[in-house]
Amino acid sequence: MEPVLVKKPSDLVAVDSLIIPGGESTTIGSLLQVRGLGERIVELAEGGLPIMGTCAGAILLAKRVADRVVGETGQYTLGVMNIEVLRNAFGRQRDSFIAEVEVEGIGRVRVAFIRAPAIRSTWHPARITGYLNHPTAGSVGVAATQGNLLALTFHPEITGERRVYEYFISLSRR
Amino acid sequence: MKLVDSYAYLERLYNLIYELLEYRDRARDEGVEVIPIRTSTPLVRYGFVSMLKGGVIMDVTNVKQAEVAEDAGAVGVMVLDKLPYDVRVAGGVARTADLNIVVEVMNSITIPVSAKCRIGHREEARLLEEVGVDLIDESEVLTPVDERSHINKWEFRTPFVNGARDLPEALRRIYEGASMIRTKGEPGTGNVAEAVRHMKLVNRDIATLRGYYLSNDTEAIRLYSRESKVPFELALLTARLGRLPVVNFAAGGIATPADAALMMWLGADGIFVGSGIFKSSDPESRARAIVLATTYYDDPETVVEAQRMVSEKAAMLGIDIRTLKPEQLMQVRGE
Repeated sequence: MEPVLVKKPSDLVAVDSLIIPGGESTTIGSLLQVRGLGERIVELAEGGLPIMGTCAGAILLAKRVADRVVGETGQYTLGVMNIEVLRNAFGRQRDSFIAEVEVEGIGRVRVAFIRAPAIRSTWHPARITGYLNHPTAGSVGVAATQGNLLALTFHPEITGERRVYEYFISLSRR
Repeated sequence: MKLVDSYAYLERLYNLIYELLEYRDRARDEGVEVIPIRTSTPLVRYGFVSMLKGGVIMDVTNVKQAEVAEDAGAVGVMVLDKLPYDVRVAGGVARTADLNIVVEVMNSITIPVSAKCRIGHREEARLLEEVGVDLIDESEVLTPVDERSHINKWEFRTPFVNGARDLPEALRRIYEGASMIRTKGEPGTGNVAEAVRHMKLVNRDIATLRGYYLSNDTEAIRLYSRESKVPFELALLTARLGRLPVVNFAAGGIATPADAALMMWLGADGIFVGSGIFKSSDPESRARAIVLATTYYDDPETVVEAQRMVSEKAAMLGIDIRTLKPEQLMQVRGE
């Protein structure tokens, strides 16, 4: 498998699976609308393309989004997963952290939560597959799946957690 | 070697002590399930700034401008009391922004909020950390209080960005704990020439160091570090990576989508726009256009589209740097 950068719908032609990485979900959301990339991803997601969204990527997969401070954001998302996401759930950057979490199918991984969101609720067919017990936010969902879609509210790449990618690739090969 | 690997490398260096403490705690709580949560490690700071890559951070002075920036797709805003151009015109002493406005901005947008503190002013930085800004810019745009010694940024949980005109300056700031570097350019001029010059100076030295590394010439790297007054380890790391060990943005004089695309093409990881947006008479469309040109800088068709969203007549007039007196230059503040 070879990684390619996707910026335009035409970049998706040769793609077997897609990772929507972290960043600012409002920025990515607004750029997804410019070249029709968002619409194309929604079509592919509904057609069974394996997609993993990490941090901002998880927000973009969600049907419902709110911010802890600002409330309803009304921002554009792909809206393909039946999950509700709370942005900046653990606070601002000074509250960002590294922790170990147990995710169904992946195991115990050490990952980074950077201004991270949390999964507030899910409804059928999506379900939460990983929780984190946080000192102030309590027990919150940090991973969810729905068929070919995987939402993770953390960053596996910052701590170099290869197992997350190995798991995702194994899903894609199924 | 990728940038992410360099984070892992730095993490190992600086965090040995945390690891030991963690093991102690685990032993203490033997048999009990504990979830170690570690905040404010260098990795958490580097991780945050790397999420800004490919994006645009916009200078704003109030909530309304911050909302325009967020709607335009900015990855962050920088709250100031006056835009750099106005700092230039107003003269006097420029200080950190009104904290009430900083908090107001934080409560009304969802993207990261940064603010500037004066070079060497540890207490302004403390205040900004306390109110909870996500990134602190120790900036030459404000009037420096101590040009001989910058803030010791290792003391802070909040990531810092610092300006640099060349590689040695950048490496000195990283040594002091900066998590992110930007070119200094000449702020508030609407003239991108100095930012280009600084980015090229950084790139030139990196290419030189990379050459030494590839030919196994450790002595030359040692000599470079001695002559440039930078720690050998950082010079070596830069040589090994073939890039700056932290995220490097372009700043100072960026006023049009084409300026942003130029800086990205020169290897910037992202863009700071100061006066360029809110000193123009078409801020909404200009902000959007600069975001578009930054993301799609390698796609001429989109840059053309972005450039057509703005009118040159609406751009900030700008200042020719050659007409500035030496004492009016901001980039020379703090080496």
